[in-house]
Amino acid sequence: MTTLKKLTHKQWFAVLVLVIGIIIIWYIAALVMNGNQMINMLERTGQSWTYTQIFEGAYGIQRPPLPVPHQVAYELYDSIFNNAITSKRSLLYHTQITLNSTLLGFILGSLLGIIIAIGIVHNRTLDTSLMPWVIASQTVPILAIAPIVVVVLGSMNLTGILPKAIISMYLSFFPVVIGMVKGLRSADKLHTELMITYNASTQQMFWKLRWFSAQPYLFASLKIGIAAALVGAIVAELPTGAQGGLGARLLSGSYYGQTVQIWSALVMSALLGWVLITLVGLAERFILLRRGIS
Amino acid sequence: MKTLLTLLAITLLLLQSGIALFLPKGFYQGTFLLPLLLLSLFAAGYLMSRMTQIADGQSQWAKPCKLAVPALFGLMILLVWEAIVRGFDVPLVLMPAPTQVFVTLGNNLPLLWADFQQTYLKAVVAGYVMGCGLGFITAKLVVRNAFLQKGLLPLGNFMASIPIIGIAPIMVMWFGFDWQSKAAVVVIMTFFPMLINTLAGLRSVDPLHADLMYTYAAGKGQIFFKNQLPQAMPFIFNALKLNSTLALIGAIVAEFFGTPIVGMGFRISAEVGRMNMDMVWATIFVAALAGSLSYGALALLERRVTFWHPSVRSGR
Repeated sequence: MTTLKKLTHKQWFAVLVLVIGIIIIWYIAALVMNGNQMINMLERTGQSWTYTQIFEGAYGIQRPPLPVPHQVAYELYDSIFNNAITSKRSLLYHTQITLNSTLLGFILGSLLGIIIAIGIVHNRTLDTSLMPWVIASQTVPILAIAPIVVVVLGSMNLTGILPKAIISMYLSFFPVVIGMVKGLRSADKLHTELMITYNASTQQMFWKLRWFSAQPYLFASLKIGIAAALVGAIVAELPTGAQGGLGARLLSGSYYGQTVQIWSALVMSALLGWVLITLVGLAERFILLRRGIS
Repeated sequence: MKTLLTLLAITLLLLQSGIALFLPKGFYQGTFLLPLLLLSLFAAGYLMSRMTQIADGQSQWAKPCKLAVPALFGLMILLVWEAIVRGFDVPLVLMPAPTQVFVTLGNNLPLLWADFQQTYLKAVVAGYVMGCGLGFITAKLVVRNAFLQKGLLPLGNFMASIPIIGIAPIMVMWFGFDWQSKAAVVVIMTFFPMLINTLAGLRSVDPLHADLMYTYAAGKGQIFFKNQLPQAMPFIFNALKLNSTLALIGAIVAEFFGTPIVGMGFRISAEVGRMNMDMVWATIFVAALAGSLSYGALALLERRVTFWHPSVRSGR
């Protein structure tokens, strides 16, 4: 009894209980949804059916409305281990395509964001003229025009990962600008005044003080930015159809009603997003721990 | 000297606008007009820095100038866009000029209004209200239970890190091609930000305030409405603002996966196929306008509701 009470205070236990609960609900929902579809199909052909028959068949039908976790897990296993990585049937092949454009877009977007933030912090005119547009740029549903950007750049002979990376860049620069502007301005007032009494130049002020005060903010922004970059890369892949990537996988799955394929692409993209954010988090810990903060 | 320079800059800008708008297409080929574009860029930059100086000062023009600087920046972008597209005679397939987009917009108002109704007034509004409402209610139910909170917070953060938009094809399969499936995508996209933010807000209550309410013998309802809810409002509005753009994106992208022949996402993908870029950009303009207006309206409402918050008070 006491061990159970102790367990309820542990975070991993709470998460585990919730996840198990979700999986149980998932199986029940799948039974209802898939079973209904089976009943409809059998009645249309005029066959008789029993509930035990439905119960046994519900988890094994082709193209189920809601695939159950073990089907998705098997599909993931099958496409990763039973195919060569270079084969188009392998999910890893598509993941790597998406990963490439995500990373390129993320790096470009972060650099752009940092440069804009430095400009905004050091130049009052840029601050008043550009900052409102940086914020307004995110109320524009840019993701919706991602396919066009890909098509337009494609007609200018820019194909491959660059058009997708540009979408990712557009999505990921925003959190970096906001975070960096806040961070560069968050330098301790006492430190700033000390630097002024040392007659430090703007450059020295930047490299010796502001850059360091901005780092915690930068990493918080990078985590949001890389998640946004992944979303951008996936949506940008929607119109490229057969060329590959997790987004193309989603689209072809929805065209052909391959629900298991959609779900496994979805699970893969979730995993990818989680891994990317964890990696940024590790870099943050490594760098900030060396400085003795966080 | 300063007045002279300002006048010169304004003249340059007007001249450049005249060139961009009224010369026949292709005027940059074989003429000396391109350096003028660069010069007018410098002129606009000079005007903006002058206006920033005024805006930082104490004069009566400070406030209008503060609003005019970003407006001038936007106009400058439009001017450069117009000049380059018309000056180099860029084909319509690549990029339409802004004036052309506005003309198309004016000519197709009924069509665009029908799209707006289908995507925004039906899918986005229904999904947004349901998603935010569900997130709020869940947070309210969960906030008293430490165990559920411990489990839900990491799950919510995990969901925030994954591309939820990928759920769109599944929703289209479940709820059909019409707006219901788009609303379902919006519900899922808006639920988790609302849940996490409301939870954080409800938990941010100052213990001193809670103690004070206790000594007043306040009832449960009073504690919630007079202490917890106002305290959580800044967090809730953060989620509402974030969700307003997420919802629009979710609905439009979901339409790429299947839709009746109306809706902004359908219009975009269909007109891209027919290479009518002016219509595509007109739709994007409508979407951008809807996104900015809903964001702005929420920001105004936030100032009204959380007038006591330091970030609002210092802004006055």
